[in-house]
Amino acid sequence: MWRWLHPYAKGEASYHLLGRWLPWLTASALLVLLIGIGWGLVFAPPDYQQGDSYRIIFIHVPSAMLSMGTYTGMAIAALVALVWQIRTAEWSIAAIAPVGAVLTFISLLTGAAWGKPMWGTWWEWDARMTSQLILLFLYLGVLALYHAFSDNRTGAKAASILALVGVVNIPIIHFSVYWWNSLHQGATITKFAKPSMPPEMYIPLFVCIFGFMLMTAAFITQRLRHEILRQELHRPWVQQLLVGAKVKEQ
Amino acid sequence: MAFSSVTEFFAMGGYGFYVWLSYGVTAAALLALVWHGRMVRKQLHQAAQQQAQRQQRLARRQQQQQENR
Repeated sequence: MWRWLHPYAKGEASYHLLGRWLPWLTASALLVLLIGIGWGLVFAPPDYQQGDSYRIIFIHVPSAMLSMGTYTGMAIAALVALVWQIRTAEWSIAAIAPVGAVLTFISLLTGAAWGKPMWGTWWEWDARMTSQLILLFLYLGVLALYHAFSDNRTGAKAASILALVGVVNIPIIHFSVYWWNSLHQGATITKFAKPSMPPEMYIPLFVCIFGFMLMTAAFITQRLRHEILRQELHRPWVQQLLVGAKVKEQ
Repeated sequence: MAFSSVTEFFAMGGYGFYVWLSYGVTAAALLALVWHGRMVRKQLHQAAQQQAQRQQRLARRQQQQQENR
């Protein structure tokens, strides 16, 4: 497997491989999101307690889940980058961080807009919300560190260390609703128990989660391609790709 | 269908402001991400072009020097 994987650790090969995935990812993400959001907004029944306000769930839960999922992915990439010094792993940190930050922002904002009508407040300094806010700052910190050094590798190393240290926050976010008395409700979907919703609600929710996964993958793929180009800008293959065939080999 | 009319759909049972605020900001944030990606791509093109021009200038100068010799 390593022998098969090895050529893709090189910039040019991975750039083209990712380019082959990107249109499929984008198209399927748009399609699945359209189905999921349309289903959730128009066809799913209103909640018996929360009325139609619960329809925020169809973006709140997927964005929150993926904000944590992408962080875990970024931390794994950071570990690989630190231990095996694989450059594509370093670059994927820069590709994942902005996407994760936007997902975290969406989860915080939709949470606030849902909290106002249901709990009577936009924001509360409780465990779930505070730890999610810290996640946003972690993403921004990783991004800032990555780009803070004129030497790319130093920046990547610093960002990797922060990403790895910050991973302690992930279980804190997940278990915060059980460890502390929180305004936030417990998990709606768990691996072991049946979801605490009827299928007319959780099926469109699953569709939305899947759509968000595809969308996140598409964004990260696009950004990883850009990062590969940025890092290998001086290489002939990038010159040829971006400027056209008129550049002669020197 | 959970709504009987379009007005009812936009009202969201009285929670329209919060629901559409959420969906609106989400769409705006995602569009900003798409727009930023495009801008990065454009900047990469510009940087590559500059580098190519620099290389061509260098090659020309080397040729001139060789001809002068």
